[in-house]
Amino acid sequence: MLKISLDKLGNMFAEISKNMSLYLPVDRADGKSEYTKWEEGKEWSNSLNTVKGPKDIFFPQTEDMMEFKVEGKNIEVVDTRKASEDFVVFGVRACDVQALEILDRVFLTQPYDSYYATKREHGIVVSVACNRPNEACFCTAFGIDPASPKGDVSCWKTQADLYMQANTQKGEKLMSLLADLTQEACDEEVCKEKNAIAEIMKKLPLAKLDVSMFGGGKTQEFFDDPRWAELSESCIGCGTCTFVCPTCQCYDIKDFNTGKGVIRYRCWDSCMYSEFTKMAHGNNRNTQKERFRQRFMHKLVYFPENNDGVFSCVGCGRCVSRCPISMNIVKVIKKLGGKGNE
Amino acid sequence: MQVKEYKPLIVAFCCNWCSYAGADLAGNNRLSYPAEVKIIKVPCSCRVNPMFILRAFQRGADGVIICGCHPGDCHYTSGNYYTRRRMAALFSMFDYLGIEKERTRVEWVSAAEGAKFAATMNDFVEKVVSLGENKRLEDLRCKK
Amino acid sequence: MQKITTQMLVERATALLNNGTVSAVLGWKKGEYDYDVTPGVFKSAEELSEAFVYGDFSAANLSKYLIKKTDSITGKILVFLKPCDTYSFNQLLTEHRFNRESVYAVGVQCGGMVDIDKIKSIAGDGVLSVDYSSDELVVSTLYNGDVKIEKSRVLAERCVNCKSKKHVAYDELLGESGEEISSGRFDEVERLESMTPDERFAFWQNELSRCIRCNACRDACPACTCEKCVFDNPNSGVENKSPANSFEEQMFHIIRAFHVAGRCTDCGECSRVCPQNIPLHLLNRKFIKDMNDFYGEYQAGAEVGSRAPLVNYTAEDIEPSDVFNRRGEDA
Repeated sequence: MLKISLDKLGNMFAEISKNMSLYLPVDRADGKSEYTKWEEGKEWSNSLNTVKGPKDIFFPQTEDMMEFKVEGKNIEVVDTRKASEDFVVFGVRACDVQALEILDRVFLTQPYDSYYATKREHGIVVSVACNRPNEACFCTAFGIDPASPKGDVSCWKTQADLYMQANTQKGEKLMSLLADLTQEACDEEVCKEKNAIAEIMKKLPLAKLDVSMFGGGKTQEFFDDPRWAELSESCIGCGTCTFVCPTCQCYDIKDFNTGKGVIRYRCWDSCMYSEFTKMAHGNNRNTQKERFRQRFMHKLVYFPENNDGVFSCVGCGRCVSRCPISMNIVKVIKKLGGKGNE
Repeated sequence: MQVKEYKPLIVAFCCNWCSYAGADLAGNNRLSYPAEVKIIKVPCSCRVNPMFILRAFQRGADGVIICGCHPGDCHYTSGNYYTRRRMAALFSMFDYLGIEKERTRVEWVSAAEGAKFAATMNDFVEKVVSLGENKRLEDLRCKK
Repeated sequence: MQKITTQMLVERATALLNNGTVSAVLGWKKGEYDYDVTPGVFKSAEELSEAFVYGDFSAANLSKYLIKKTDSITGKILVFLKPCDTYSFNQLLTEHRFNRESVYAVGVQCGGMVDIDKIKSIAGDGVLSVDYSSDELVVSTLYNGDVKIEKSRVLAERCVNCKSKKHVAYDELLGESGEEISSGRFDEVERLESMTPDERFAFWQNELSRCIRCNACRDACPACTCEKCVFDNPNSGVENKSPANSFEEQMFHIIRAFHVAGRCTDCGECSRVCPQNIPLHLLNRKFIKDMNDFYGEYQAGAEVGSRAPLVNYTAEDIEPSDVFNRRGEDA
């Protein structure tokens, strides 16, 4: 394990930036933080919880896929992918690291998504133990330990230092770049920090949230539940929950006519939208109740069914704090999740 | 190195009854105005939805001008009165967003005002040329 | 002024349900914490006593729900309306979006709603509960213990700049109805107007660049009630699901603000719901301010059936080219 003094973080960011792009949570004028490319003068936000997760960096909201050049009767397909360079995403919470693993399950199995894969291959994820979860956090419900985040390098922030532990080859490579700035350390402080985090987690209001009622094979049990109507009655059908979610992975592929050719791009889509997966026969989910149900059934039932029981929610709490009408997955779990949540 | 002369692209929405006929008259009288002005005929100036203007900018226009009958002379009695209110509000909003206000304009040109049409276009093109390329309401995808 | 409590609303709603005046109640439901209140429909006294809440976080404007709920629920619906909500209510009636006869409107006195983000900026993260029984809020937090905050410091922007405490539509009133207020709601618009175009452009680029095109502003807006929005219609040519670049961001917000211009009551829902905290109300207020300047004072929703400035005219209206001259700028 290595450590670096917190007042040398600026030097470390500068050192990393010499070699590759560095993204980290930076405070905005409105008090929220968001993943921003580091440059001289930018500081790491104290608030680990960004409005949007690091999903954007690996799976951008809008991404050009290819272009078509049209001349007379000829169409030329132009591959617009650029060779990706290494980059670092720093300050990722345990829940967001887990969210990337969920995206991997979608994009890195057949059919393999080369756009995502390239970025994942070149991206180095530096996680940080989350010592300031907020009241909407419930990562522990999904078996995530915020004190022991995964990723290529794991970090722990104490009063004076940042402790760093490389977990992968990519991580080792990054740490070797920082050899001059860091020094060997024992893990005593880190153990203390882990214990302190465990204590905080016990105090969270959602610490006992129980998802054991959900999982693969529960479709019949929940699909026709009359309570969906009540849960969804005030949903306004916007895409806030989907777009702030670190695991939502649905996208639409569209063509943009530039007047001289066509740009084929993909962009995030939301199952909350009335036009979602609209096909020749029309829409397959015509009411907001059906659309609402889809989102939560996907997270809590369909996804685990196809992915060895892994839920596609990581309890980051973003939808809980950003939904315009405050209807969210916690309320769904509490309503449908049985006795454990009473 | 030879610097290529900047040629703006101007979209002029002209109403069928007055301004388009005004443009015709300008042509008949051999009054010249810049070839960069592309005229789109609309039934009435109030047919111009703000989206048309934005779409023109998106597709590379550097200036958009809307021409209609003089207030009081609308073929449909009141269409241009609505145009006047809508465009006053919309252009003020463009300015509020920091988009150059000289890029948009409303002019009233009757069927008898061929000379005014040509003069208006000459003046508008000159103003837009002095502003240069539209950078604030551009869609880079369309400029490749 | 008497403090209006949840209890008073529940009692009144229960009475109206029991005597058959209404068959359902549109109100606000308690959440996990005090601040995550959800709009909801209540059909029995039990439901009301279990979950109904009215307080400093009952911010959601319920009037737009009437469009769908008057369709799906038989019998009259009781709706609780804060003063600013009554303007939206009238505007929707003006546009014939629901039947007045299907609704029983109860105006509720409003002491201003608070903004949880402002509370968190003072009390810190980890807000467990907020006691708003007095004007000094007691915020219980995970990390800073109990924090006391004057309510006036954490009022929502739209309540700081409240335009009216007057209920312009109701069948009955709970508490008092106030007067229209000459607030500073146009101050920020004026500040922007006084900047140079370059500064304004930079300001809006910075704000709009955060847009994630979640459509929350549109979907919450009581003036945005098109059956199919042009931005959702694949045949419109402008449909898009993402803020692909700065042009798309500008186009969406200009067109949206323009489409509600003259119909926007300045209820502030767009800014309240924006997950990226974009001050969208500053776009709407610009239109309101301009139209007041150009065509005389007009408040959308102040009365049912009034003609909005953009669907009206006079022969002497200001010319678009004179708009800037009048403000003393060089053309």
